[in-house]
Amino acid sequence: MKLKTFCAAVALSAVAAAPAFAQDSVKIGFITTLSGPAGYLGQDILDGFKLAMKDGSLGGVPVELMVEDDGLKPANGRQTADRLLYDEDVKLFTGIVFSNVAGATVPDILDADAIYISPNAAPSNFAGEGCNENYFVVAWQNDSLHESAGQNASNLGYKTAFVLAPNYQAGKDAITGFKRFFDGEIVGEVYTQLGQTDFAAEMAQIRDANPDVVFQFEPGGMGIAFMRQYQQAGLLGNIPMVVAEPSMDGVILNALGDAALGINVSSHWNSDFDNDANKAFVEAWKETYDRPITYYASQGYDTANLIASALEATDGDVEDVSALREALAKADFASVRGDFKFGPNQHPIQNWYALKVVEGDDGKPALKTVGTVFEDHGDAYSDQCQM
Amino acid sequence: MTLFVEQLLNGLQLGVMLFLMAAGLTLIFGIMGVINLAHGSIYMVGAYVGCYVFLQTGSFLTGFAAAIAGAAVTGILIEFVVIRRLYQRDHLDQVLATFALILLFNQGVTMVFGLQPLFVAMPSFLSGSVELFGGLIYPVYRLAIIAVGLLVALGLYLLINHTRIGMLVRAGSTNREMVRALGVRVGLLYTLVFGLGALLAGLAGFMAGPILAVQVGMGEQILITTFVVVVIGGVGSIRGAFVASLLVGVVDTLLRSYLPGLLRQVMVGPEADALGAGISSMGIYLIMAIVLLIRPKGLFPAHG
Repeated sequence: MKLKTFCAAVALSAVAAAPAFAQDSVKIGFITTLSGPAGYLGQDILDGFKLAMKDGSLGGVPVELMVEDDGLKPANGRQTADRLLYDEDVKLFTGIVFSNVAGATVPDILDADAIYISPNAAPSNFAGEGCNENYFVVAWQNDSLHESAGQNASNLGYKTAFVLAPNYQAGKDAITGFKRFFDGEIVGEVYTQLGQTDFAAEMAQIRDANPDVVFQFEPGGMGIAFMRQYQQAGLLGNIPMVVAEPSMDGVILNALGDAALGINVSSHWNSDFDNDANKAFVEAWKETYDRPITYYASQGYDTANLIASALEATDGDVEDVSALREALAKADFASVRGDFKFGPNQHPIQNWYALKVVEGDDGKPALKTVGTVFEDHGDAYSDQCQM
Repeated sequence: MTLFVEQLLNGLQLGVMLFLMAAGLTLIFGIMGVINLAHGSIYMVGAYVGCYVFLQTGSFLTGFAAAIAGAAVTGILIEFVVIRRLYQRDHLDQVLATFALILLFNQGVTMVFGLQPLFVAMPSFLSGSVELFGGLIYPVYRLAIIAVGLLVALGLYLLINHTRIGMLVRAGSTNREMVRALGVRVGLLYTLVFGLGALLAGLAGFMAGPILAVQVGMGEQILITTFVVVVIGGVGSIRGAFVASLLVGVVDTLLRSYLPGLLRQVMVGPEADALGAGISSMGIYLIMAIVLLIRPKGLFPAHG
């Protein structure tokens, strides 16, 4: 595994250093978070994206993937975008993991009449009045992740909830989204610091509040620390937990082991989905990478396939932005989630599913799809979008 | 009441972790005059080495030994290869060089272990929770951290105040030039102090492993708080580092847990929570600013 990672790193830097391909290859700016605790999120999106590429091309058009690390720093993302826009003349961007980076970077891209396709972050300010015809989101609108968790908690019959999220835009969207569909009472609401890894104080508050259910949105490394400490504090098993998928991705699940059994997750994708695109994707991932598959990877894969469909339709012409935009808006690709289409604000309309952590076939905990939370769910902001 | 005591314990635990880091940092800065930004990297190295050995051998104590040995060796190597050349340079050069070390260590660890965090289970003899009194249930492992931290503090106190090396360390942090003029081999003393500081950082990193995720960049998260501790305590003072660590640990924890609730008494729910979270994350910096206003050299300045 170590050797593989090392080789992957070497290969990656070799790709980055390789000279430009043929003249007609399409440049895609891939700004993502590859370093720091949340680095695995960007790595998974990137690796998922690459799985969908065939011999360096998407939809039969050769592409040059310009991978840049934003280090989870909004200023880095923005600088990189400006450099790619004006020095490299890149017209197509994707990759950003975190909403705060997206918030700083995406406006510059859109102002330059380039297209941004989000594989993950989708803060509310770009979904409503701030929507833009050059801005597409493949993943979700941030709120809908947590709306599904709120609905899931209501469906499961919980009456009181304790909610936690980091103190940044996506965290606030999370709590708002959860409350929008949870019909019980909120007995505690805590905003943690972004990047916080010690949650002892929060554990004590949860125990004191003794709610029916805990909802937390702590993506990446924060979530791992949170879940482990939840277990160590003796809360796991006593107070059930409902989360949206960022708090229980494949890596976190792997890290928690049996401790995760019984946790309720709501998600738009799971590795057990029974459709051809997904089976091919899961198969290819297992063959190529020796690590757990995450929904981040699935979004990278879907993003690449969406771009492939548009490049195929336009024969790789990215100079005609309006034609490219129209081709993208059709969403003419086989998503690993099954049905997929864009709403009026070019955010997805899709189903949301209830998952549960159960013991898998190999004895390890796995996420199992147990029901549907929402069908054809859009987002709360599309009404405000005027394009 | 039990909640309050539990939060105090949480603060104490955070405090002793900070102390393990701050003790080394303050000594290195006080005695050698070097700003060592790479202290967080040593913390990370300790965590990775210890957890890796723990995972391979299955023995927590072997991992423990490997962590402190690995961190101390790394520290001594850093001192020997890089820091030694910086004593005569100004602080900007030191910051630049040790910042470069952070990048090198982060990238190196990424290449060896990958970006996905490393996980260690809690050792079985320290897992679970105990009831301390009247319904206060507390994880054994965190109690163990508190115990280890206090033991280290006691050990450092004895070392600094009652041994010959300690005497040189005290002398060195008070008046470096005089120690050198008296014929003490400062080079060796520097290496020893740096190694000791690194060892403590490695110990902190290893103990943090089972609670937090062992991951690239974990050192930088704690480093900034550690600098705050060092500044509040007074540069070069172990006693200052101890008091300031506990102060910062307890204040940070209590602000995080009680400020939103207090604010909710005077304003509407969600705004109070967000504002409270904002202010509590500023809390330790506010303390630092106040301490610097009243006592510009920190609470227990080592230099005369």
